[in-house]
Amino acid sequence: MKTNILFRRISINIIWLWIGLFSLLPLLLVFVTSFLSQGTNQFISYHFSLHSYAQLFSPLFLEVFARSLCFAIVTTLCCLVIAYPFAFILARLKTNLKPLLLLLVIIPFWTSSLLRSYAVVILLEANGPLNSLLIHWHIIDKPLQLLYTNFAVVIGLVYSLLPFMIMPLYANIEKLDQRLIDAARDLGANQSTVFAKVVLPLTMPGILSGILLVLLPAMTMFYIPDLLGGAKSLLLGNLIKMQYLAARNWPMGSAVSIGLTVLMGGILLIYWRFTSRRDRQALV
Amino acid sequence: MTNSIIQIRNLCQSYHGQEVLHNIDLDIERGEFITLLGPSGCGKTTLLRLISGLESPDSGEIIINGHDVTQVSPQERFVNTVFQSFALFPHMNVYDNVAFGLRCQHVAKDEINERVIAALEMVKLEKFIHRKPNQLSGGQQQRVAIARAVINKPLVLLLDEPLSALDYRLRKNMQMELKALQRQLGITFVFVTHDQEEALSMSDRVAVIQEGNIEQLGTPREVYEEPNTLAVAKFIGEVNIFDTEIIEINNDDLTVNIEGRTLTLKNHKGFRADQKIYTLLRPEDIKVWDESEVTDTSNMLPAVIEEVIYKGSLVDLSIRLPSDRIIYATEFFNEDDDTLNYVHGEKVWVEWYPGWEVILPHED
Ligand SMILES: Nc1ncnc2c1ncn2[C@@H]1O[C@H](COP(=O)(O)OP(=O)(O)OP(=O)(O)O)[C@@H](O)[C@H]1O
Ligand SMILES: [Mg+2]
Repeated sequence: MKTNILFRRISINIIWLWIGLFSLLPLLLVFVTSFLSQGTNQFISYHFSLHSYAQLFSPLFLEVFARSLCFAIVTTLCCLVIAYPFAFILARLKTNLKPLLLLLVIIPFWTSSLLRSYAVVILLEANGPLNSLLIHWHIIDKPLQLLYTNFAVVIGLVYSLLPFMIMPLYANIEKLDQRLIDAARDLGANQSTVFAKVVLPLTMPGILSGILLVLLPAMTMFYIPDLLGGAKSLLLGNLIKMQYLAARNWPMGSAVSIGLTVLMGGILLIYWRFTSRRDRQALV
Repeated sequence: MTNSIIQIRNLCQSYHGQEVLHNIDLDIERGEFITLLGPSGCGKTTLLRLISGLESPDSGEIIINGHDVTQVSPQERFVNTVFQSFALFPHMNVYDNVAFGLRCQHVAKDEINERVIAALEMVKLEKFIHRKPNQLSGGQQQRVAIARAVINKPLVLLLDEPLSALDYRLRKNMQMELKALQRQLGITFVFVTHDQEEALSMSDRVAVIQEGNIEQLGTPREVYEEPNTLAVAKFIGEVNIFDTEIIEINNDDLTVNIEGRTLTLKNHKGFRADQKIYTLLRPEDIKVWDESEVTDTSNMLPAVIEEVIYKGSLVDLSIRLPSDRIIYATEFFNEDDDTLNYVHGEKVWVEWYPGWEVILPHED
């Protein structure tokens, strides 16, 4: 009993230490940096300045932000449209293959998503499998330029983030009570009414968390636009990376990061306000 | 035009190759309160799901109000269900739950409002309109489930063990309320339960189901007093079963051997001399006499009182026969009779009112 408590104390403290050291402390550093100015010789010079934050509202940054948001929203919608029926069918399957099928969804998590993005590059190349297939079927007669387009970026983002949409939806739909659907049908609801009035509202918590899990990373995954969008699709993630590594403007990069963090915090807060405790617990 | 609102013909249903309902034939009359009674897993819910259309049968047909609905979807059947678990929509308040059916039929808003309020008043829940189901007690949830089903004015209301989640007192109350409701609405009720007392006290007719067969269909009195099979007799109420040997048949009289005694019974069912039979007796049909009270013991069994349980207006006796078999008898108190002072170990004579016994053939 005592060792049990001791073990819990220690492990909780280690987790706190971990979060503090690798999450909180870096965030604090970024936060401080965002209020400094760009140095000439060093990365930063220790003079307080709101210059970086002012820059955030320049048309250039706003444009990048708007584009990122657009990409993220499109990606999220695509994920939702693909994942919902997928999760629904998976959750309602009456076989003992369910764990296996779920495993197939999770397995890609175990490979680096950078590697998987390279796989998408190969798929979409001018002489890649997709183009070859389309030509083979005489749908097109010369290869389409798929790679380095917005389309490719969305494909890459959707591919990488799809499991994050499937998992919460699956968890939610799995718990959906078939008897409620029966009751709705018994009361005279047709298929679409059953979906709109019963299934959709009851799976809303899953949808919301799925959106949250996809929308936020979609804005910041810099390597996917890098690899698949070429130089054309500059997104927030790329912008931050550029500020740090190419422009060497650390305060600017930090300000963008903090701005993004505040935005995400805001979205999370809204999510928290509009879901009940029970809904959130249902997901774990 | 028959008087049947539901006709079920040769209905079969199986799951995973296992037959759950075997060739069910059942006519349900307009406006009656019929109960499907049977042990857990006998197929009661399955039968209701087939009637409501949530499940489609392997074979057979279901005719509701003269129309073959076997292939018709649930929303076009004019049948509503009160589910075993209520199945209230957790994300809707009481009002929206009850209004659900009418909204599906696109009834005008004003009318919906009127009817929902009326339905909730009927089940005395008008004060709880804005509550969510999880803020209601079991009994209140059950009323919402009833209101939600009844509001659609179905031809038939199916009730799947609606009272089983309630405690004893509430249950008794709801039994009376349901019965009153049925009388008031004039809707046909198909009520499912595995509680025989509930079935007997509420129904116009009872269908006793065992392992996917309707063993007997009749008024509560018929199934209690004239069970068709041993299974029905055993399932409904307490019963003493005697293995009986026919010695001789004289016209209408059966001379039989029960527990080593030669007794005379009436041969109503035309048994033959070579048939093996059982004699069934309800505890309340058995009469227990003190040794001093009787002179002619020719049609009686000797016995010893084993246990005496007083229950106010009546007394339950367990009695040991010479073969060491225990049988049960229930004696009613008579105001001016003080002979009911049985004690453990007392020697008695047992008989029954002639003709109250039920004789059934062996089932092979
Ligand atoms: N969807 C299903 N899949 C497989 N088997 C089923 C299904 N529904 C019912 N069964 C089986 O059919 C049999 C009858 O079930 P049913 O639910 O009709 O019983 P019941 O009489 O309502 O019992 P209870 O009183 O416990 O509710 C059971 O053996 C059950 O296991
Ligand atoms: Mg049942």
